[in-house]
Amino acid sequence: MATVIIILVKGLVLAILLLSVFGIMTLTERKVLGRFQFRPGPNRVGPGGSLQFVADGLKLLLKEEIIPTGADRFVYLIAPLISLVAALFAFAVIPWGPPLHIFGQTVPMEIGGPNVGILFLFAITSLGVYGLILAGWSSHNKYSLLGGLRSTAQIISYELAMGLSVTGVLIAAGSADLNNIVSAQRNLWFVGPQIVGFVIYVICMVAETNRAPFDLPEAENELVAGYHTEYSGMKWAMFMMAEYINMITVSSLATTLFLGGWHGPWLPPEIWFVIKIALFMFFFIWLRATLPRLRYDRLMAFGWKVLLPVALLNTLATAVWVAIAR
Amino acid sequence: MAETELGKVDPETGLKPMVINLGPQHPSTHGVLRVRLALDGEQIRGCEPVIGYLHTGIEKNCEDLTFNQAITLTDRMDYLSPITNNFGYVLAVENLLGVEVPKRCQYIRVLFAELSRIASHLVWLGTSAMDMGAMSPFFYCLQQRELILDLIESAAGTRMNPSYFRVGGLLNDLPPNFVERLKKFLDGFPAWIKEYDRLLAQNPIWLERLKGTGVITLEQALDYGWTGPALRASGIDRDLRKWNPYSSYEEFEFDVPTAKEGDVYARYTMRMREMEESLKIIRQAMDNLPEGNWHVDNWKIYPPNKADIGRNMEALIYHFKLFTEGIRVPAGETYAAVEGPKGEIGFYIVSDGSGKPYRVRVRGPSFYNLQALPVLVQDRMLADVVAAIGSIDIVLGEVDR
Repeated sequence: MATVIIILVKGLVLAILLLSVFGIMTLTERKVLGRFQFRPGPNRVGPGGSLQFVADGLKLLLKEEIIPTGADRFVYLIAPLISLVAALFAFAVIPWGPPLHIFGQTVPMEIGGPNVGILFLFAITSLGVYGLILAGWSSHNKYSLLGGLRSTAQIISYELAMGLSVTGVLIAAGSADLNNIVSAQRNLWFVGPQIVGFVIYVICMVAETNRAPFDLPEAENELVAGYHTEYSGMKWAMFMMAEYINMITVSSLATTLFLGGWHGPWLPPEIWFVIKIALFMFFFIWLRATLPRLRYDRLMAFGWKVLLPVALLNTLATAVWVAIAR
Repeated sequence: MAETELGKVDPETGLKPMVINLGPQHPSTHGVLRVRLALDGEQIRGCEPVIGYLHTGIEKNCEDLTFNQAITLTDRMDYLSPITNNFGYVLAVENLLGVEVPKRCQYIRVLFAELSRIASHLVWLGTSAMDMGAMSPFFYCLQQRELILDLIESAAGTRMNPSYFRVGGLLNDLPPNFVERLKKFLDGFPAWIKEYDRLLAQNPIWLERLKGTGVITLEQALDYGWTGPALRASGIDRDLRKWNPYSSYEEFEFDVPTAKEGDVYARYTMRMREMEESLKIIRQAMDNLPEGNWHVDNWKIYPPNKADIGRNMEALIYHFKLFTEGIRVPAGETYAAVEGPKGEIGFYIVSDGSGKPYRVRVRGPSFYNLQALPVLVQDRMLADVVAAIGSIDIVLGEVDR
């Protein structure tokens, strides 16, 4: 019984945390982008614009729900849910701190920790793309359809390289359990020995979350808004939430796999975890402010012809190295 | 018309392409351009620009206004570089009148034409970078353009639609501290050109997107009537400032950059280099600015100044006649063209001897450049359409007139 309650509480806390971080992230992104571009960013609602995301949320809640004529209603409504639920789910296996000892119980700092945590995470994030594809398909809009197609192409080009890029870490740690991987980095973060895997992972993680310069499925200047062209109000907000929570998830996975998870001197482990994620989030915004968008065919070519072979070689090299070391 | 042609079944494959409307409301068609595209996946099988959504009847409206009033309408064609339009128009009217404005006026006109060329190129750079998904250059460009608009405002009183050039002169002489302010801009701007290049031309993604995209051969470009930097990117140095100098351009030293490739990247470099050349011209105009009168001394063309009207009966009468009847332009017809930021912008004016033009016909470079869009995008990707539209730098106000 106690375990069930603990899991429920943890789940609730995490969901609320993620959703409020989403709100703060939208504000931070606009503020930081503003700084990059010589403008103040939102500064009207609340002190220094700090309540902008609350106003945005309220506005979206009160928006009229529009379902386009000719849309497949059921699929159209369920698509944003798939994206959001998958995004929230994926975070469940990520340990954000060392186990906590409280009321005679040992509480691990993740909701559920299967010993193949990383596989679970990849499986769930792959499900998230169904939301995009179905949204594009069901909206009865040619731009949405193209956006959905692009997201499919993008996922199959990058998921593979992403999976391979972390295999090196799994081999080096000798486990697929995220907790074990973190413990294995007590002395040396994997970003050192696995630098190739890290670089590939970072590229893939940007592609995976559809962020600039890989934001093809929603390329504003080509496809208006891509797969979510026909979405408004909270349904649109769900896609946005999914995108930002995915950003947090892939960042925390990068932290867990390559940057030693919650390890770090002086500060409490949870703080370290947050700092490392924040660095990645800043990196996402920085990319968006700087880079132009890749073209669809070049993006696929890059995924298949560059990232995948390099990731494979990296896996091989790690395997050989581990075998020799043993 | 050809509307049904686009979506027809391909006889070889038996497949029907998807026809998609890019515009008239679309983030990157630069106004209300509508492009019908036949898509096979993301590949373009057919393209058809549809224009007319911004038709304003400017040419026809000019017939209802006096020669000086019509200048305000020319502002609104290529609204990114209104001064160029003023320039072509007043040159045409002055041709009909057979007058030449004093040197100082010619130099000031050159100075402002080049300033607005830079302003126009800045908007082009910012928006076409935005089309490629790079958002920050847009703000960096518009920030500098703002400084130019401030300069224009200080002389003309308005930022966007200055109507600064008048038949036979200018609205005003340069304001007292203009040269200092201009110097400040000239000192700061070259560093920014470098910065834009650093952000874009040294970025592999940008090069990847632009090089080899939207290619047009010199022959095709000439056939379509291309002019301006877009044509020069295909390998000919046709620049009216050199080929047919007007307003003392022959006294300025500058180069006309050309390229051979004819792709989007070549057109990008053309405009970037042109901004540098424009800076040279502005510097020369500023340093060698002649003293003297800045309008023709002819009360039949340029109104007498306010002080004279109070003292001089004759001045009052001329002033009254000018502002009620307009300038009496001798009957005849003429064509005058200037090298605008987008290409040759020409005015063909017919006068019947009254105070209003009988017919004004505008050769807007955007209209001719836009026609070649299907050539640029045939069998390319959807994303290249956006790049191609950006690279020919159209303003719909000028296409539809």
